[in-house]
Amino acid sequence: MASDTLAHEHDIAHNQESGSWKGGSEPFKASYGKLMMWYFLLSDAFTFSGFLIAYGALRFSVPTWPVPDFVFSTFPGGFHHKPLLFVTVMTFILLASSFTMVRAVQEGHRENQRGVVVWMLWTVIGGIAFLDCQAWEGKTLMGGEHMTIKQNPFGTHTESGVYLMGDGHDIKEGDTFKAGQSYLIHQHDGKFAPLQYKVTEGDDAGVVKEQKMGPKAFGALFFFITGFHGFHVLSGIAFLLIICLNSATGLYVKRRNGYEMVEKIGLYWHFVDLVWVFVFLCFYLL
Amino acid sequence: MSHLTYEQSKGIATKTILILAGITIFEVLFALLGKGYLVDGVHISGWITGGAMIALSVVKAYLIIYEFMHMKYEVPGLVKTVLLPVFLLVWAVIAFLAEGNYWNNSRANVKNAVKSEIVK
Repeated sequence: MASDTLAHEHDIAHNQESGSWKGGSEPFKASYGKLMMWYFLLSDAFTFSGFLIAYGALRFSVPTWPVPDFVFSTFPGGFHHKPLLFVTVMTFILLASSFTMVRAVQEGHRENQRGVVVWMLWTVIGGIAFLDCQAWEGKTLMGGEHMTIKQNPFGTHTESGVYLMGDGHDIKEGDTFKAGQSYLIHQHDGKFAPLQYKVTEGDDAGVVKEQKMGPKAFGALFFFITGFHGFHVLSGIAFLLIICLNSATGLYVKRRNGYEMVEKIGLYWHFVDLVWVFVFLCFYLL
Repeated sequence: MSHLTYEQSKGIATKTILILAGITIFEVLFALLGKGYLVDGVHISGWITGGAMIALSVVKAYLIIYEFMHMKYEVPGLVKTVLLPVFLLVWAVIAFLAEGNYWNNSRANVKNAVKSEIVK
């Protein structure tokens, strides 16, 4: 009995020195840094969810919303009417950079320093290419189409009708349209020039009306949410470069933990890709 | 961490990225088909295309989290503490979309929208 108690007390003493409460064992068999990266990403997921849910609530709160295939239909080189082509290219760039990140982590696990550095550099290139695409998209929308966080010239028809004038771009006098079709109000001499049209169906048939600006929230939500995602990509590139440099100088060789830093930044980078899946869904697909 | 060999995990990564790319192409084609861009005169209800695209996005999210982020190889406790809180969002989505819809339906009841904000 006495020896049992002693043995038991000895166990407790032993546990206090090296047990879970003293940091002796890793909870969930993951290192502190990796576990905290997971919880940071969880909190970041809630932040992004908050934004996307706000987008959904505001979208549901207005009668019409600009049709994404119409809004996002330009392509570099002066191409128009290529719905969703450019954003699909952007998505592929980010997916590809996610793949190169996986490869960097795998090379890290087998302590291949050269492989880690090369694949991380490819990831950085992918990230920069993605940011370039976002910059071009923003430039086209703001500079060319005059959508800003305060105004949105992308409107949507709620009735069928026929245009009484052309805008010198896509719309000619006499063109017909149906309810649910989106339009872009172009600027002439620095001012928006909404077109007049005659309603052809419904209660107001025969009445002459003028194009209205689209819901303001669209511009603000688009630039804010894709901008916040772009900021994550930008900071991700900064961290990737730092860790790539540390890998190149051999800092992680000494640690002998299979390049765990690369694995941690990999988690962050995949999360950025994961968020893009839902930004892509909400803004471009639905 | 995982018991896979280097070659095996390399193969899984290649396979996963190809599936992700395939799903993305499929999603875009589905979005365009539903709106009548691909085949003239063919339109599919927004509820069907929307539902399909949401389901496919969830599949993509699963692949990224489980294969790329290696959630598949973590212990169950870690998986639960990270993934279970996310399900709280399901109600947030339903509640806020319903709320947005209510605002939209209430627009018809707003008389003199500008004046009503002025007290006296």
